[in-house]
Amino acid sequence: MDKKTTIPFKIKIQNEDFDVSEETKILRENLTGAIVNFVGVVRGFDERNNSLIDSMTLEHYPGMTELEIEKIVKQSCERWNITGVTVIHRVGKLLPSDQIVFVGVSAKHRQNAFDSCNFIMDWLKTKAPFWKVEENNNQKKWVDYNLSDDEATKKWVV
Amino acid sequence: MVIKYFSWIKEHIGKSEELIELPDNVKNVSELINYLNNLNDDYKKVFVKKDLIKIAVNRTYCSVETKISNNDEIAFFPPVTGG
Repeated sequence: MDKKTTIPFKIKIQNEDFDVSEETKILRENLTGAIVNFVGVVRGFDERNNSLIDSMTLEHYPGMTELEIEKIVKQSCERWNITGVTVIHRVGKLLPSDQIVFVGVSAKHRQNAFDSCNFIMDWLKTKAPFWKVEENNNQKKWVDYNLSDDEATKKWVV
Repeated sequence: MVIKYFSWIKEHIGKSEELIELPDNVKNVSELINYLNNLNDDYKKVFVKKDLIKIAVNRTYCSVETKISNNDEIAFFPPVTGG
């Protein structure tokens, strides 16, 4: 199958949790032989500041967030033979071990699904306008961006 | 023009959004920042950290040289931290 940008994709920004098995079931309908799912989870520990967190709140730029994710998904479709993509990102207040983000990619063969999922996550982390604030003991701290996230995108530059 | 602020920038400026009438001599983002800096010190304290500020015009990333007009939506925000 040729690479194309007309594959089914779903992008959702929501407060509610998501069900990975339900999302996987939807991706299985895309004439697929392989599905790769990534789930990002709230860490209860801030490694850079060596401190615990009570909760985390995510805000985003409605309208631009969806556009940026769509651009990334379309680039991924042009680059790999994939049959479907789902990106769900939660916003609002989340607790340690809560799910934050889901990226699921279906393809006929696994390597395309692995690479595409990895590509989408790397670019989402550096381009999609979300910001995290960590809360601990009634104090809040905006999370600093991570230079290693920028570094991670370099492997995709051809 | 609508200006939107996010994350710590929103907190420093004290609002998430504002509507301004663009003066005739403000033609690009850089000139808009100069204009805002002259309004009060809250803007100055934010825009002094210009290396840490991303800009979007009409929901697309752009630079300080990007031309703007009164119908545009412009946003200032820190590097993103989602995922």
